[in-house]
Amino acid sequence: MHLNRLTCHELVEMIKAQTVTAEEVVEHVFRRIDEVESKINAFISTFKEDALEKAREIDRKIRRGESVGLLAGIPVAVKDNICTRGKLTTCGSKMLSNYIPPYSATVVEKIEAAGGIIIGKTNMDEFAMGNSTETSFFGCTRNPWDLTRVPGGSSGGSAAALTSDETVLALGSDTGGSIRCPASFCSVVGLKPTYGLVSRYGLVAYANSLEQIGPMAKDVLDCAMLLTAIAGHDPRDSTSAPRSPYDYTSAINGDIKNVKVGVPREFFAAGLDERVEKSVLSAVSILEDLGATCGETSISYLEYVVPTYYLIAMSEASSNLARFDGLRYGFTAKCDGDWNEVFSATRSEGFGEEVKRRILLGTFALSAGYYDKYYLKALKVRTLIKREFEKALAKFDVLVAPTMPILPFKIGEIIEDPLTMYMMDIDTVPVNLAGVPSISVPCGFVDGLPVGLQVIGGFFGEEKILKVAYAFQEHTKFNLKKPEI
Amino acid sequence: MPIERSEELGVKIGLEVHVQLTALKTKLFCSCSANYRGMPPNTLTCPICLGHPGTLPVLNRKAVEHAMMVALALNSSISPQMFFFRKNYFYVDLPKNFQISQYDKAGGAPLSTGGWVEFSVNGERKKVRIRRIQLEEDPARLTYPGTITSAPYTLVDFNRAGVALLEIVTEPDMETPEEAYFFLQKLRSILEHLGVSSENMQGSMRCDANISIMGGARVEIKNISSFRDVRRALQYEIMRQKQLLRRGGVTKQETRHWDEDRQITVSLRVKETESDYRYFPEPDLVPVKIPEEWVSKVASQMPELPDARKERFISDYGIPEYDAIVLTSSKKIADFFEECCKLYSNPKKIANWIMSDLLRNINETGMDVTEMSITAEQFIEMIKMIDEGLISGKIAKRVLRESIRTGRPPRIVVEDEGLLKISDENVISKLADEVFREFPKAVEDARRDRKAVNFLVGQVMKKTRGRADPDVTNKVILSKLEENRAIPSRS
Repeated sequence: MHLNRLTCHELVEMIKAQTVTAEEVVEHVFRRIDEVESKINAFISTFKEDALEKAREIDRKIRRGESVGLLAGIPVAVKDNICTRGKLTTCGSKMLSNYIPPYSATVVEKIEAAGGIIIGKTNMDEFAMGNSTETSFFGCTRNPWDLTRVPGGSSGGSAAALTSDETVLALGSDTGGSIRCPASFCSVVGLKPTYGLVSRYGLVAYANSLEQIGPMAKDVLDCAMLLTAIAGHDPRDSTSAPRSPYDYTSAINGDIKNVKVGVPREFFAAGLDERVEKSVLSAVSILEDLGATCGETSISYLEYVVPTYYLIAMSEASSNLARFDGLRYGFTAKCDGDWNEVFSATRSEGFGEEVKRRILLGTFALSAGYYDKYYLKALKVRTLIKREFEKALAKFDVLVAPTMPILPFKIGEIIEDPLTMYMMDIDTVPVNLAGVPSISVPCGFVDGLPVGLQVIGGFFGEEKILKVAYAFQEHTKFNLKKPEI
Repeated sequence: MPIERSEELGVKIGLEVHVQLTALKTKLFCSCSANYRGMPPNTLTCPICLGHPGTLPVLNRKAVEHAMMVALALNSSISPQMFFFRKNYFYVDLPKNFQISQYDKAGGAPLSTGGWVEFSVNGERKKVRIRRIQLEEDPARLTYPGTITSAPYTLVDFNRAGVALLEIVTEPDMETPEEAYFFLQKLRSILEHLGVSSENMQGSMRCDANISIMGGARVEIKNISSFRDVRRALQYEIMRQKQLLRRGGVTKQETRHWDEDRQITVSLRVKETESDYRYFPEPDLVPVKIPEEWVSKVASQMPELPDARKERFISDYGIPEYDAIVLTSSKKIADFFEECCKLYSNPKKIANWIMSDLLRNINETGMDVTEMSITAEQFIEMIKMIDEGLISGKIAKRVLRESIRTGRPPRIVVEDEGLLKISDENVISKLADEVFREFPKAVEDARRDRKAVNFLVGQVMKKTRGRADPDVTNKVILSKLEENRAIPSRS
């Protein structure tokens, strides 16, 4: 039996029942990593010895009859922009290629408290800026469904590790689609929580006002389990919502009778790959077959979401990434000049092209004389978009849409064309601008390549989107299909 | 016509005062200790105040309350909702290369806007308007081996990074360096009375000054570390600009650095190259709501402020308004005065001694009142020694000066230097005999003319360095003149 292929909910039962040990599960995962990692490149670093030690500790606790947490003995891969105390956290950048944080992110502490075992840090677009994982300083991650194609991004390493069974659970972060895009391209489940549901403490900021850490998993139930472990108020994050712990698996029962599903027509406009459109529309009829009431609705201003998103994200990024100057941590360029020259040399050599592009554009947008024209205007449009979602979600329980307008593309195919790259975020970024939750769930294959269905909910409506996604998954079973690697 | 008086020059001075909220135990956005003075460098730091990636600020609510107290004391109106903004610029003392601060434009609202401070300058009332008060984080402390311009390297101490700082900005309402000086003194007294910032801490209050002359360009002077230097820097700058204008020059909008060692200002940068700070709302902090109830709660806990205390001094101690103003210009002096009044029943006498001798001596030594070590008990002990005839008033002045310079209590100074008054007739008689021998001519004169007696008394005083009791001495000399009448003088 390949334990690494099982889901979290299956494995936790087995580990607790002592049918298998956590140590065996971790061993299986690392055997698989040794087997396929050279092809996939999902990880930037792995912690085999530490993971095995922690697994044995869980096993001892279980043997002694002590209580263990929700994720007892379960391997979790963590995106490399989430701080792990004493363990390399690079953000996929040369700038932090030697950075070992002195503290752990709140979500990492929560996972460990729940008995989860951090097995390694996953590859990503540099500082989460990208949707293909191609901008990583550590090389591109490959899509397990087709090794010549991108896994999506920026949490491409986490998604690919799940698809190739190199982990059981994974954490991603989503600023403009970075969980949902790779979940869609790799045929796994990924959830972007409501802004404020999951603590951002320890997430290396790209665009603070847009991003959330979220769970990625092989099925919806696992996704709900990991969300249960990481959600909740954190006094260390002022933007964290004052919500008490909640068991997100409790609402999952497969029954979606009379759930009102809205289909916003703007998400099916020009630019959408016809094959993707067909998959998503057939998903809508499946939901109807399952008893949901589906109806057309509208989200206006969708044509403005990409520029709005990029103005806000780049502006915030230009400030967030200013701290990387080589003075206190991270990469420092060899340079004999004064502090100004050392800062410049460090930043010129330490950042990749896409990161520099976004810092420059963000710096420009915030400059005197442009602030009102760009940043402030973007904030206004953001408010309008938020209202659009509030309006639509007052009529419907959830909205469904394609996660990505296209299928996974070839490595190197679009990377030289930033505008085309940015336009691919059109279906994911509105959700971040509005701050609402959204899940991407596998909804079929076109020519062997995965398609993802996005289910969007109202504020703190995670329960509803998990419920709809689960019903769809249980009926379609696309999650069970695995690639040959 | 020579340009002499500053009113004729149209001098406009505005100040930007940075005040550390030193009464807080922790920094503004993390739980590191804010009490960094005397601590080894870089020991009071954490991932947050070092700007490590992934860390987030959490606002110290106590800092908001202390800031609110200052706003209330300066009659400034507190924003019902305030925002933090990022001020972006690269510098080695900024761990994140941006400072979390506040902003009054781009939809921002600082802690408070408006307000005024009223104070007196050489007996005249003056009112300076406050533009805004904002809360921000202090950058790290830089130290340069040698001077700022010649140092081969810079050392950065992050212990100070993140300490809560208030920026108080005035309108350009001051017309002389004197006014700026007295404004700062009043502000300091208010802050001390509030108990939010202790001035006996080096660098807890820093000041930048803006000055323009005759409607010319605004020049900003940075790095002024003491009140005295604010006055000096402004005096220097007025002189410099005046000379420049006389020679037909034009003032540039620029930032100048106060060079404390050379006591001059030097140009740092002209406006054209000044940074664009790219302010935008801090996305990691939520807007801070300051409801009316919070404001009234803080207002109800406000301690007595200098103006109220001044009024109380006038009514409770019956001292003149001028005295009350001087005594309340510093919390330490006001407290000292009240301590003294508990120990001694003549407030006016205490006030006189404090104002004419204690404060004058402190000023002359270049010391700050907060550094004064004499206690009320010691001070009153000295006044009582005068009352009891143990020392003369003249000696007391000397004792006080010595006490302030050396830190030794007055009684110890009196004892160490043998300054107790001499009232013993035998001792004075012996000294008088010496004087009679030394100045036979004067003795002759004194016998004829009583007015010449004073010379002989003076000589006895001289021999005792002022310690001889003047009444006793007078009496002894007069009786000697009588009894010596029969004895022929030696020739």
